[in-house]
Amino acid sequence: MNATVAPGITAAQIAEGQQLPALRHPVTATTIVLGALASRDWRPMHHDKDFAVERNGVKNIFINTPNNAAWFERYVTDWTGPRGRLGRLRFEMKKSVFPGDEMCFSGVVRKLSTDATGCHWVDLDLAISVDGEMRTTGFACVAVPADPSDNPWARKGDRWTP
Amino acid sequence: MSAAPELPPAVQAMIGTPMYEERTEFPIEIGYVYNTCAAVQNANPIFWDEAAAREITGGPIAPPTMLSVWFRPHHWAPGAAGERTALQVHFDLKRLLDLPEAVVASNEAVFGEPVRPGDRLTTRQIVRSVGPLKRTKLGTGRFWTIDVETTNQHGEWVGTEIYTLLGYRRPDQ
Repeated sequence: MNATVAPGITAAQIAEGQQLPALRHPVTATTIVLGALASRDWRPMHHDKDFAVERNGVKNIFINTPNNAAWFERYVTDWTGPRGRLGRLRFEMKKSVFPGDEMCFSGVVRKLSTDATGCHWVDLDLAISVDGEMRTTGFACVAVPADPSDNPWARKGDRWTP
Repeated sequence: MSAAPELPPAVQAMIGTPMYEERTEFPIEIGYVYNTCAAVQNANPIFWDEAAAREITGGPIAPPTMLSVWFRPHHWAPGAAGERTALQVHFDLKRLLDLPEAVVASNEAVFGEPVRPGDRLTTRQIVRSVGPLKRTKLGTGRFWTIDVETTNQHGEWVGTEIYTLLGYRRPDQ
């Protein structure tokens, strides 16, 4: 074990039904444009309000798909700590997130399992809501350490089967 | 893998066929990692602290969810005509099916070997299915599913993205 990085959560500390701490983040046009450009998504509905309104028929620019993924990744690894390793992420953007919205992230542990290679997996149901209205629902499968000496990032090839 | 029977032959031929194998236009770059982490205020030390990255991930890596970032083309490049688009098979389907608008309906990714600064990645786009014409809230259109498989310069699998998209025509179009 090392001294430089906090160990984060281990499988023994997680139970099915456990809720992740909520995360709230107010969204501005800058939030959306930063996310779009960081993900090299130059499509105009993520930076040009006139285009979003006239072509997409929505009220404003909105968060793009890869940035939504980056937000979920941050939310999950805020909870697991740096040794948490994302294996799978799926989500549906049912309604867009616009400037002026406050995103509220929530998550719950659906299942804990250990695969044939000994990797500990946590299945998470995820959501982003705004004022209680569901905007994005998601599902993540994240590997967590069995104990403080374990590190899912050390797995390669046949020992990593997300 | 499936196809509605009335699909044009050019669309039927795309289903299940790996297309547009391409390499990233630039080596994986730490600057985009910082931009992405800053955009979502992700403080994970493996992306900010070299010692933490060395200890946990064997050196710096990119956030796994950045998988699609690396093969989006530059918005402009010398000699390129018109706007350049990522996920070209999606735009091919829009054109071939005459559906001018589109939205992402769902998005799934599976992550393999970490992507590291300096890596050169290769992607292949595979249309898995194209559904029947449907009336939706946005207009009449079709759902389709596209896999994007990505490997690194060592031939290691680094991930697969599975996109379900709705191509549609607005009622007034």
